[in-house]
Amino acid sequence: MSKIIETNDVHLYYGKKEALKGIDLDFNEKGITALIGPSGCGKSTYLRTLNRMNDLIPGVTITGAVKLKGEDIYGPKMDTVSLRKNVGMVFQQPNPFPFSIYENVVYGLRLAGIKDKATLDEAVEKSLKQAAVWDDVKDDLGKNALALSGGQQQRVCIARVLAVEPEVILLDEPTSALDPGSSSKIENMLLELREKYTIIIVTHNLQQASRISDRTAFFLEGHLIEVAPTRELFTQPKHQETDDYISGRFG
Amino acid sequence: MDPIRESLLKKSKASKLEMRGKIITYFCIGLIVAIVLAIFYFVASKGLATFFTDKVSIKDFLLGKSWNPGTLDKSGKPEVGALPMISGSFFVTFLSALIATPFAIGTAIFMVEISPNKGSRILQPVTELLVGIPSVVYGFIGLSVVVPFVRSIFGGTGFGILSGTFVLFVMILPTVTSMTVDTLKSVPRYYREASLALGATRWQTIYKVILRAATPGIMTAVVFGMARAFGEALAVQMVIGNASLMPSSLITPSSTLTSILTMGIGNTVMGSLENNALWSLALILLLMSLFFNMVVRVIGKRGALK
Repeated sequence: MSKIIETNDVHLYYGKKEALKGIDLDFNEKGITALIGPSGCGKSTYLRTLNRMNDLIPGVTITGAVKLKGEDIYGPKMDTVSLRKNVGMVFQQPNPFPFSIYENVVYGLRLAGIKDKATLDEAVEKSLKQAAVWDDVKDDLGKNALALSGGQQQRVCIARVLAVEPEVILLDEPTSALDPGSSSKIENMLLELREKYTIIIVTHNLQQASRISDRTAFFLEGHLIEVAPTRELFTQPKHQETDDYISGRFG
Repeated sequence: MDPIRESLLKKSKASKLEMRGKIITYFCIGLIVAIVLAIFYFVASKGLATFFTDKVSIKDFLLGKSWNPGTLDKSGKPEVGALPMISGSFFVTFLSALIATPFAIGTAIFMVEISPNKGSRILQPVTELLVGIPSVVYGFIGLSVVVPFVRSIFGGTGFGILSGTFVLFVMILPTVTSMTVDTLKSVPRYYREASLALGATRWQTIYKVILRAATPGIMTAVVFGMARAFGEALAVQMVIGNASLMPSSLITPSSTLTSILTMGIGNTVMGSLENNALWSLALILLLMSLFFNMVVRVIGKRGALK
């Protein structure tokens, strides 16, 4: 399998504080990789380096190489706009725009200049179906997305990302603000999507990581301790820290 | 009474204090409500006297075009047509809001989105200072700078709606700007993140998400600015020319409700028709500010529903 994202010796500093201390991690095309670790271990920070969302925070410096399909995303030629179209992101807190469901989903497409009504309609239906929220909202796409439940909002946000057809989807604890029912819907949806997309998910929920991911990476205090196929990492961890964390001795 | 029983039945110190606090706040609220009601009653009773005591028809008052309360026209009715002032007020208000809004939005975007550091260090104090300048100073600058400028560019005397608009534009700009800044600041950060993460540029994010989410707040800001423009008296009076004629162009002397009021109220006798007619103008002003307030409330409610 070919590598879609390669990161090499990535260091990240918030001002003088070093949050990532040299991360080497590659991602193959397709499949789900879970990033786990205790709070403040740098997993979310690492995730946000992959689509340069850390650029928005003042005082951040990043060294090392992050490559998307062989191209350095921090290189001078990289266009963050097209990078972020290729590497979509879903946030912890559902964050739909205060528009209708329809306008939320087509937002990225409208940015890309697509105006044809039929194309937009089709994309809306397709991505809402993929995000497993079509049946909930199909009768009233003009409804304000903020009027939906938290779980529905999060799935609309996922549909909004799917609509622009990225290759990589980053999810930053997408279910931690949701009830168990909504979480399991999102997990099932991710399992369906793993055939088509490269999915990288940060999660605090170890069960969730073991249920849905193919590969798991364990972060601790800015270091990548261990990365392995999920079953292996959870049953035969190679490092003592990993063992301690997954067996609940800390974190 | 034994001490335990007493301590249970008597009010504690804290609850007495609570009571006292409540009484004070209720008294303050009551006082303010009473003052507002009294003002309304006073203005209404004086203003309506024109129609009930002096038998001027409301239609003649609102649509009549000549204002000369001391004299009678050919048919023996007093000349109290307020349309010139009403239209003058509306013209300066809408025109100044029309010019001020894009500038205010642009400034606010710069202060919040483009350069928050410079914005809060330099522009914030500047706008606050602009709000604090007394209106007579604005009027004086208008009189000595704007009026000659308008005169040399457009001809005429320089007094008129255009000069009034320019002066009011500067006066309401800080109000509208600082309220727009507050609205933009209250747009949640995660809207920006979501938009950027979908591949929007900064400008697209501002234009398509932030301004859209902030629209109710910006409209409120503009209405507040208009309310201020509508009620401003001194500065406008100094530059508009104060001729109670129907405005025929933007550069001929005209008048607003407030300018006629400030000019005339000291020169009339309480209870006379001339005086009552001025109170009627004041009543219109009051009703208009009530209207502006209601508009702000409606916009606020609509915005909250989202």
